[in-house]
Amino acid sequence: MAYAAGVDVGSTQTKAVIIDEDLQIVGRALVSTGANVTVAAETAYELALQQGNIHEEEEGVGFIVGTGYGRYKVTFGDTQTTEISCHGRGAVHMFPGTRTVVDMGGQDTKAIKVSATGEILDFVMNDKCAAGTGRFLGAAASALDLPLDQLGPTALQSNRPVKITTTCTVFADGEILSLIGKGKKVEDVLLGVHHSVVSRSIGLLSRVGIDREVTFTGGVACNTGMVSVLNQELGFEVNVSEDSHYMGALGAALFAMDRIVAGRSPAGLVEVKA
Amino acid sequence: MSSTSQLVHDAPAEKRAASIIGRGNKEGNRLFREWYQELTTAPERKEHSAYVFVMGSLAEIMRSFDIHTIFPEVNGLQQAVRHVADDYIATAEDYGFSADVCGYVKADVGLQLRGGDHPMGKIPPPSLSVYTNACNTYIKWAEIWERMYHIPTFTLDVPGTRAAGRLTWPGQVDFENDRNYVAGQINEVIQLCEQVTGKRFDIDKLRQAMSYTNTMSRKWKRLLELNKSSPAVYNAVTDGTVFLGMMNGYRGRPEGAKYFTDLVEEMEYKAANGIGTPFEEKYRLAFVGVPCYPIFRRFSEMFTEWGGSFVGSSYLWFASGGANLGYEYDLDHPLESLAEGLLVTVRDSMDSMFFSDKNLIDMIEPYGIDGVVYHPVKSCRTVSTGLADNRRAVMEATDVATLFMESDHMDKRVVSEAQLKNRVDAFFEGLATRKHRRASTGAPQARA
Repeated sequence: MAYAAGVDVGSTQTKAVIIDEDLQIVGRALVSTGANVTVAAETAYELALQQGNIHEEEEGVGFIVGTGYGRYKVTFGDTQTTEISCHGRGAVHMFPGTRTVVDMGGQDTKAIKVSATGEILDFVMNDKCAAGTGRFLGAAASALDLPLDQLGPTALQSNRPVKITTTCTVFADGEILSLIGKGKKVEDVLLGVHHSVVSRSIGLLSRVGIDREVTFTGGVACNTGMVSVLNQELGFEVNVSEDSHYMGALGAALFAMDRIVAGRSPAGLVEVKA
Repeated sequence: MSSTSQLVHDAPAEKRAASIIGRGNKEGNRLFREWYQELTTAPERKEHSAYVFVMGSLAEIMRSFDIHTIFPEVNGLQQAVRHVADDYIATAEDYGFSADVCGYVKADVGLQLRGGDHPMGKIPPPSLSVYTNACNTYIKWAEIWERMYHIPTFTLDVPGTRAAGRLTWPGQVDFENDRNYVAGQINEVIQLCEQVTGKRFDIDKLRQAMSYTNTMSRKWKRLLELNKSSPAVYNAVTDGTVFLGMMNGYRGRPEGAKYFTDLVEEMEYKAANGIGTPFEEKYRLAFVGVPCYPIFRRFSEMFTEWGGSFVGSSYLWFASGGANLGYEYDLDHPLESLAEGLLVTVRDSMDSMFFSDKNLIDMIEPYGIDGVVYHPVKSCRTVSTGLADNRRAVMEATDVATLFMESDHMDKRVVSEAQLKNRVDAFFEGLATRKHRRASTGAPQARA
């Protein structure tokens, strides 16, 4: 049995996925990225191997693709592919009807338009500023002293979102605390925060065109409040996988498996690294 | 074939190749340094300088009065390429200019506040400034010099493209009215130059300068066409910037005419011998906007590492002052022709910023374009406005891939190299997939 791996080194979390020849996930792991990116990549990869009960000395992983901002720090990897390509590929693999992907991570949000085969047709993402990304939700959690996993459930207790005027992480604290100071309920403020972030994401999505199906990937897709508000604002339900967090790593693993298969078939495949 | 080593091993041919290939960049850099040296020493010779801009510089009139032309946009890009723009920008911001103001303006204000000290030399103060309305910022920019130096400034109002993209041409009533309107203003500029320099206008000197510009324009047009060759004979972004410096700095001068004659000879030689740029060309790209000068070399490498070759650029249209049209003045009627030339070339410069979609669509096939790269810059809304719509129009009309990446042409604070690279890498991954699909199936690229 041949295995392929993808290691997605994001700004806040590092994910590793190992797949088998049937393209099934056999191992996955997630660790905080921290300051040492290479160590985070190695740790995630080792944990994924352990979870899949894969012994490198016996079976081995045939090809490893690094992705994410730290992809060039996956020193044990064979090549690198951007997370834009990987999220597109992973999303279409999970949900074949996917034509638009919204990937929301710790520092950026991407809108990706894909073909039926996962080919990237167009993409846009936030630039240097992290406004409207997972970082903004993190700033809200920090301001309200809430754990991240409670943001969504708390927001969904509200049905009266407060209008938030900024998605800037720098100004988030000030505006949120000022609203709380005025007596607004935490859940109403939080629902407003979710609406604010979703609104910015839809702006990005509109630039590539919102073609159904839409698949929501990245760590922020684990936030039930974000999924709910996104569904509400789009007017239809987006696809969300339990493995949404791992979609980039999964896409990378699929590209890695392509390389293994191509090695057997001289037809070859796309060179993914300059 | 992309390198000289692949030429036939024939000693005379190799000698000729060695003498021709790379001559344009080498000579361009030499002349550019000389030009800055001329500017540096102009005050010692009590020579006048005019601050002008790349779109409608009226260089021919300035030459006829022996007035040096100084291009603040060219000064600015040199500051950025030499990694000192941020110091000048900081000086201007400390002086009170907002972070939102055009980076070129602030780099220039910083330069003026520092007495003209520039990495390429010393920029003399202006005796006057002449500019068109091609860029809205030009007008407010010149007001700064007016306040700083108490010099005369002249706004030459050039009518642009009419609503709905309708163009007027010589012989048509509207065009002739516009020509008279511009010709009247040119007469005012001439009177102003006479007042500033104390010299009488010499129409023969004007005619001579226009003759040199004619050669430069004719060669410029040919130069752009030569990059239909595969591989491309020059990089329209990096080499193109050298060519632009020459086109502006030496416009209306014999050195400029000779330079572009030699440059075209070099590029024709390369095209005839299948010689490209120093890297293997895998993808042919068009560039839209102004380059990212704060990381100029790295910016280019992000593309060349993948085999991406810029074969064309809207920058070579608008920043050449519309020389891409190859417009040539009628030397028998210099003033009327100068007015006509200004009308059509400045209008084309503006259209190359605002309505370049049609020209881009038209170049896809003859230039074999695989992708179009849009680079809107934060501090120049004039160039960047509408690029998102432009991109949409190009994507609707063609199957070509596009990349939209925003940074800045001057201010490194808003340039994030890692994020730019991420976008560039993803763009090439998509291009590679398309190419692979086409090669394996013969089918056009996938559409949603």
